[in-house]
Amino acid sequence: MSSSEKQQEARASLVAVAQEPGAPKPDPILVAVGVQRQFGGLTAVDVSRFELQRGTITALIGPNGAGKTTFFNLLTGFDKPNEGEWTFDGRSLAGMPAYKVARTGMVRTFQLTKALSKMTVMQNMLLGAPNQKGENFFRGLIPGIWSGQEKANRERAEELLRHFKLDAKADDFAGSLSGGQRKLLEMARALMVQPELVMLDEPMAGVNPALKQSLLDHIRELREAGMTVLFVEHDMDMVRDVSDWVVVMAQGEIVAEGTPREVMQQQAVIDAYLGEHHSVSLDSGSGS
Amino acid sequence: MDIGLILNQSITQGLGVQAVIFALAAIGLNVHFGYTGLLNFGQAAFLAVAAYGLGVTVATLGFSLWVGLIVGVLAAVVLALILGIPTLRLRADYLAIVTIATAEIVRLVVRSVTLRDIFGGSDGINRFADEFYALNPFSSGLALGPLTFSRNDLFVVVVGWLLVLLSCLIVFLAMRSPWGRVLKGIREDEEAVRSLGKNVYSYKMQALVVGGVLGCLGGFVFAISSQSVQPDNYGTDLTFFAWAAMILGGAARVFGPVLGSILFWFLLVFINVTLTEAVRVGYITFIDGTQVGQIQFWILGLTLMLLMIFRPQGILGDKRELAFDVK
Amino acid sequence: MNHTVTRIERRRWPALLLLLGVLTACFGLLAAPGNAAKEDLTGEISGVMRDAQGQPIAGVSFQVTNASGFTGSDISNRQGEWVVPIPGPGQYVVSLDPATLPAGVTLTNPERTSLTVSLLSNSKTVAFPTGAADTTRESFLDRFLQLAVDGLVFGLVIALAGVGLSMIFGTTGLTNFAHGEIVTLGALATFVFNNFIGLPFPLAVALAVVVCGLFGALNDWGLWKPLRKKGVSLIAMLVVSIGLGILLRYIYLFFFGGDTEQYASYSGQPGLALGPVDITPKVIIGSVVAILALVLTMMWLGLTRNGKASRAVSDNPALASASGINVERVINQVWIIGAALAGLSGALYSMSVGVNWLEGFQLLLLVFAGVVLGGLGTALGAIVGSLVVGVLLQISTLFLPTEMKTVGALLIMIIILLIRPQGLLGRRERVG
Repeated sequence: MSSSEKQQEARASLVAVAQEPGAPKPDPILVAVGVQRQFGGLTAVDVSRFELQRGTITALIGPNGAGKTTFFNLLTGFDKPNEGEWTFDGRSLAGMPAYKVARTGMVRTFQLTKALSKMTVMQNMLLGAPNQKGENFFRGLIPGIWSGQEKANRERAEELLRHFKLDAKADDFAGSLSGGQRKLLEMARALMVQPELVMLDEPMAGVNPALKQSLLDHIRELREAGMTVLFVEHDMDMVRDVSDWVVVMAQGEIVAEGTPREVMQQQAVIDAYLGEHHSVSLDSGSGS
Repeated sequence: MDIGLILNQSITQGLGVQAVIFALAAIGLNVHFGYTGLLNFGQAAFLAVAAYGLGVTVATLGFSLWVGLIVGVLAAVVLALILGIPTLRLRADYLAIVTIATAEIVRLVVRSVTLRDIFGGSDGINRFADEFYALNPFSSGLALGPLTFSRNDLFVVVVGWLLVLLSCLIVFLAMRSPWGRVLKGIREDEEAVRSLGKNVYSYKMQALVVGGVLGCLGGFVFAISSQSVQPDNYGTDLTFFAWAAMILGGAARVFGPVLGSILFWFLLVFINVTLTEAVRVGYITFIDGTQVGQIQFWILGLTLMLLMIFRPQGILGDKRELAFDVK
Repeated sequence: MNHTVTRIERRRWPALLLLLGVLTACFGLLAAPGNAAKEDLTGEISGVMRDAQGQPIAGVSFQVTNASGFTGSDISNRQGEWVVPIPGPGQYVVSLDPATLPAGVTLTNPERTSLTVSLLSNSKTVAFPTGAADTTRESFLDRFLQLAVDGLVFGLVIALAGVGLSMIFGTTGLTNFAHGEIVTLGALATFVFNNFIGLPFPLAVALAVVVCGLFGALNDWGLWKPLRKKGVSLIAMLVVSIGLGILLRYIYLFFFGGDTEQYASYSGQPGLALGPVDITPKVIIGSVVAILALVLTMMWLGLTRNGKASRAVSDNPALASASGINVERVINQVWIIGAALAGLSGALYSMSVGVNWLEGFQLLLLVFAGVVLGGLGTALGAIVGSLVVGVLLQISTLFLPTEMKTVGALLIMIIILLIRPQGLLGRRERVG
């Protein structure tokens, strides 16, 4: 895939950024400071500073148990930190419940897909539409009040489903979809919320290789459409392929940041992945 | 054995006041459990606070029946809020324990000697619905084939079934609206719904209030039909009858609870009257009259068990969208 | 797929029937009193006179009248019981002659010596609560000590039932709403062995515990195990347990009748005065047995292979199964032990309150309160929580009317859920 204008723009915006943990960005959409989460005596997340550049695709990587998903949960209000502050588009989100976070335009997906399998694909999509008049009990009783808006939402949902090649499944129960299709549905549903920042928790987990490429394309298209993407991923090839910037977490802390090519060579990253007693490059593949 | 009597009684009661009461209670429960997945085992409390709200306002405080009805509805709303605040953030089985405990608390409070001057202790409150019966447009009772109702019963039953229809209409409209869609989403996975910007806690609370208010109509019918409110009529058995009716008819179906109530009550009365007749005539000698009444509870218990095991979707339900397999 | 499911259903279904059949057979023994010949008068109004400590009061005179000139009377017997046969449903006035109350006993509401009751059915129990007025007789500290001891004794009863409930929840995830009926079974079985067969009381209790243990095994083998195999969800199983509870309760009522009966042995045992505390020897011995049973259970959990295995199953069934633990066997043992303890609970509880078909169900909410307070799923938590509930319940009568003590305990449970949903000793991750 040739590099698009948006991709060039995104990468250009990061050229001057220092390749170090917590590096300030020229136009951050999300800034987190001193976010800490402890479970019992264990510190699961301890991020002193994190900035996310607007309009980029940023990958959050790290070994199992590094605290990536917990950090995601904290940022999106699904978990409460012991301390910490963070702002989205200049608005403080600390202590804000998850549903309000989503309404500010910061929408997430889940590692274990949460497609609502007992509802149809279309109902799943419509659930994502914001500010629905019919979601008030009393107004809901009078279809005339909300049917116009519902029709518009339905059209938008159909368009998105066509785009994600799920339009043929619109009236099927979401439970009948394959693993990869559910990931697609979850992403499409998140887009119904009209987010500015899309946060994807392991979008490739459990997706068959044939679908992976199309998922990657969809992620790129989010950036083309002007959204910012932050995603958690294990698959290094995919990270290298799609991301403009990589943030590495280990043991709850951010240990490195940089462009995909450079960050993979940093000692801190190698240590994080292979343990501190190894001294091999991630690219070489030979063990001691 | 008088087969005619058995059928008359079963059909009359299957369409009578008791069936109306269970239908309304079960419709409310259906909003709670069928559509939202809330495990409410205290539905009797909603009927109780409405009935007592009505009774106390009219008999104790001397206001008109219509004020009493408003107070009853408000009492149900307040109960839903009190019940929801501590429990809606908790796991499903905790909600079950707390709701059943709350229903017991309500019953123990209204039957207490300490508050006897207000609630009438275990005797309850009597004679507060004359205003209602004064409006009776029927000049005589009904005797249509097997259906026989006295003049007053006929009025209560007609108003009762109109309330059932109205409740069904509300549930039908609400559940095909985006509001109902959010509830069905919550029933399956609240986190997903939360991630889409919906205030799950608020919707669960709304569902609790709506289901509670629909159920409380059953309390009004109960209170007005007998012109009395007695604490022990609002025990856990009432809740479980409503559950059985809802599951039998089909949870998450608009007419499920109504069909379930009619069939279940018909079945109970049919067996009850048949056994009573059999005992009277001497076909059955090993049980006596009071024991016949207990057998209907065997049926209640068995119905709940067998339905849950073999046909959790009931008669009308769709197994694919059932709330029972949410863990 | 569907075909296999139906086949399993068919094979398991007889097991369920067998379970019910055995149960019904067990209660065939009880059929006799239920069929006792009735008087001409078809209904009855009855009650049990007790003092504030729950001890029966004999010799109190009651009169029942109605508007159409009916009059009937009775005097309470040694168990405090009185029964007045009546013509049937209707409105009656029940009055108590305060002059016949023993010295030092007063009604909670001294002006309320007569009550108007309306009966929709054939029978009704009427209570004249006593107590609260004699607080002046004893010092506050003495009352407190007496109530604390009573509370601990009651707490042990709750704990015996709670441990099983909690262990079953821990290993299978089932919130067993039919657990109270095992408690009742313990009391009923003890009653049958002691009163009908005439066995010595300790032997009767021991046999009742064995019956309950077997019933627990049967419960699991005939009902819950097949349901787990079938993949029935936890919520569905919860509703099944409610259905089972109702069925069992009314089977008990059918065969045993609605009256409260006393064991043949030790029913009128005089109390000992230990300092300011009055306590009967049977309660002391019963409490020691309860403590022993709880200690043995904790030792089983902590020291034996199967006990440890049961905790592993609670933590992670899949992992336990993978590491060679026979999960189903462990669960069956938990059911046996849990049900046996519940049976002991019922047997001991009825020493002080009598045997009644509804006693277990009435106890169940307090058991839930104890278990939730301690933390659902942990055995030690259930014991601690139950003791706290027992003591709080009794102590609360210093400040609240006695009839409100259950309300107080249930409110405390709800408040605890609000501020510490995992309970006093539970782990946070158990609360989803």
